[in-house]
Amino acid sequence: MFGKLSLAAIPWDQPIPLITSIVIIVGLISLLALITYKGWWPYLWREWLTSTDHKRIGVMYVILALVMLVRGFSDAIMMRSQLALAAGTAAGYLPPDHYNQIFSAHGTIMIFFVAMTFVIGLMNFVVPLQLGVRDVAFPVLNSVSFWLTAAGVLLVNISLFVGEFARTGWLAYPPLSELAYSPGVGVDYYLWSLQISGLGTLLAGINFTTTILKLRAPGMGYGRMPVFCWTALASNLLIVAAFPILTATFAMLLLDRYLGFHFFTNDAGGNPMMYINLIWAWGHPEVYILILPAFGVFSEVIATFSGKPLFGYRSMVIATMAICMLSFLVWLHHFFTMGAGANVNAFFGIMTMIIAVPTGVKVFNWLFTMYGGTVRFSSPIYWSLGFMVTFVIGGMTGVLLAIPPADFVLHNSLFLVAHFHNVIIGGVLFGAMAGYTYWFPKAFGFTLDERLGKASFWCWFIGFYMAFMPLYALGLRGATRRMQHYADLSWQPMMLIALAGAFVILLGMIFTIAQLVYSIKTRHLRRDTSGDPWNGRTLEWSTPSPPPPWNFTRMPQVSGIDEFWFMKHGDKTSRPAAADAHSDIHLPKPSPLGFLTAFCAVISGFSLIWHIGWLALIGIAAAIALALRHSWDLDTELTVSDKDIAAFETRAKAKSA
Amino acid sequence: MSAVADEIPISERGPAPTRIVVSFGFWLFLLSDIVVFSGLFAAYAVLAHRTAAGPSGAELFDLKRVFIETCCLLASSFTCGLCILALERRALSIIYAWAAVTFVLGAAFVSLEVSEFAGMLSQGNGPSRSAFLSAFFALVGTHGIHVTVGLCWLAIMMAQIATLGLKPKVAQRLVCFSLFWHALDLVWIGVFTIVYLGART
Repeated sequence: MFGKLSLAAIPWDQPIPLITSIVIIVGLISLLALITYKGWWPYLWREWLTSTDHKRIGVMYVILALVMLVRGFSDAIMMRSQLALAAGTAAGYLPPDHYNQIFSAHGTIMIFFVAMTFVIGLMNFVVPLQLGVRDVAFPVLNSVSFWLTAAGVLLVNISLFVGEFARTGWLAYPPLSELAYSPGVGVDYYLWSLQISGLGTLLAGINFTTTILKLRAPGMGYGRMPVFCWTALASNLLIVAAFPILTATFAMLLLDRYLGFHFFTNDAGGNPMMYINLIWAWGHPEVYILILPAFGVFSEVIATFSGKPLFGYRSMVIATMAICMLSFLVWLHHFFTMGAGANVNAFFGIMTMIIAVPTGVKVFNWLFTMYGGTVRFSSPIYWSLGFMVTFVIGGMTGVLLAIPPADFVLHNSLFLVAHFHNVIIGGVLFGAMAGYTYWFPKAFGFTLDERLGKASFWCWFIGFYMAFMPLYALGLRGATRRMQHYADLSWQPMMLIALAGAFVILLGMIFTIAQLVYSIKTRHLRRDTSGDPWNGRTLEWSTPSPPPPWNFTRMPQVSGIDEFWFMKHGDKTSRPAAADAHSDIHLPKPSPLGFLTAFCAVISGFSLIWHIGWLALIGIAAAIALALRHSWDLDTELTVSDKDIAAFETRAKAKSA
Repeated sequence: MSAVADEIPISERGPAPTRIVVSFGFWLFLLSDIVVFSGLFAAYAVLAHRTAAGPSGAELFDLKRVFIETCCLLASSFTCGLCILALERRALSIIYAWAAVTFVLGAAFVSLEVSEFAGMLSQGNGPSRSAFLSAFFALVGTHGIHVTVGLCWLAIMMAQIATLGLKPKVAQRLVCFSLFWHALDLVWIGVFTIVYLGART
């Protein structure tokens, strides 16, 4: 009846996951109780859970990412404290079995549910506003994408309490991840949650590529698109091209595990190394899916806060698209030691080094943008400067790792761990934080507190160096990644410094939360009534903060790069007349399809993990029924009347008064 | 086309009409679907000779059946095209007729494939026999599942035309279906060439 599921699945004998889950469950129940008590459900359902507004969906993505950042970070603190303790004869407090789950969950969560989610959230919020349009190409699909991501998140978190998570690392290499060596449900949790959220990501990629290529304000040719939109385009093209590889690879591993196929097994002719090739053919483009939008954020932030147009717009665009192409030609550098031969390794080593060229172009463009500008040192620019220093160091260790003979020494060491944290924290996370601070007033109508934001930056910046520079040194001395215990006591001091660094980062996260709480409390003092708090350059700043559901009452007519700057400072007489009046604004209706489909996906995913066939079938059938019901409803748009627009404008005026 | 429209480059003419946006999005979806198949093709290419002392493709495949399958699928693409031509003329009964022929040909394809799979399974040559057979069943089976989904979609489209009429959205979906159906043909040509003809050498 319930497949492999029984009460034994709950980790009664492991206090850490048990207590954590109880705290989370109690927290969730009290949150739901509070919402019920306050009677917020109708509002939540109408305005958020069923929303098809790209701005709302973007905000939900970012909230999800921030919550998962806390989860992933608690895994990190556990690992660092284990390694600070477990030297010589000391065993530490985490048994190997649990430790292996923690590093697997940490990587999976941080990449898929923090970095991806954050970046897609920012693109959701910003791209249509920058393009001067009213929504994405497929608003209901957008909601489906978000909720499928949330379904994946939920499944990963259920694994904490019911069953176990994978012990295989964040990419679940076979043969370890095959049934013979991982008979539990951990790998199944990993695979199904990523299949479900991966489908959401793929649909988002299709949606945004279509939006950017087919929906832009009149006059916005490709050469006038804001750089963030270009990087979003590159990132989404990569999603469309790379995520299906991930889906196919995981499907093969699932077939191995569920139906006895032999794709990656040791016996019957299977080939585990094929998995490693396939997964990195997705995995390397994936790192550019994450970093390119972060580059876009920095480009916007640096141009805005330098009061100058971005230096070398064209070279920036070319560099972005070059990275987009090259990212598919370097995957083998993740496994030089697999034995592909000297020539193959040399090719991929050289290709990897070539990627540093367009990246270097970008760094110089940012520097030249600031040169001669009037740089305002607000917190988004702090994150950007911190990024430039940190990312260049991470890039250089990356080029070092791209040399095959050096990689043979450094492969699978803490040096590698330090390298990718260097680029992901210093690049993606700093970019996400810069974007969060930069666009927050646009989303909510008030700015975030600067002092606490800068405090958060300094903690992250210093904490990062304290936590990861020692790992470079330890890696050079032979410490391997995914190590739960070590014999060499001379490593311990550096492990202690790394732990201290993790605590400094923790302080940074606390400052971010404090900044949010404090800014909400003092929001009446920090209202953005102009819609343009930073003296911005692109079209999103021409709307009120927060923008109306329809974004633009009149479609902007674009005549150059940095259109909004031109509107403010340009020669107004030479401008073409604005596009037509707001006679017919159509908005997508709210739709529960995304939320309900994701609900079915959670049911089916959970049932498949535990081999409860009948329930999985019910879940899938329900999802199909929902989709069919939706497809019969052709009336999916609302028309915004002049009265709605007038009402919005009066409200906005009343607020600013 | 008016003279003014000619002066404005196509990229600067503002948001494209819904018809174009939907088709473009669907093309992207098809491309991503083809990337899924390319992963399966790559796996097949790697594992094609990993028979684990079991039967090889040359011993298992019945090319006569595969030829009939191919004819059914290619013919169904042709009839699907005729159905879309009828859609442009809004000739309802002809749409139904060609859709029915398409459905029958597609169903014939699926049933031939199912009988092929059943025969192999009954001889103990299922996907767990060898890596080669794993890759074969996954690749050909994924295509077969796509065709089956396409058949369901076609049936649903007929139900939508019957209940909702030829509204623009419904017509658009039928066009998307035809794109999907033709893409499956393309994939099948790859399967036919690489899997079935490739096994002869």
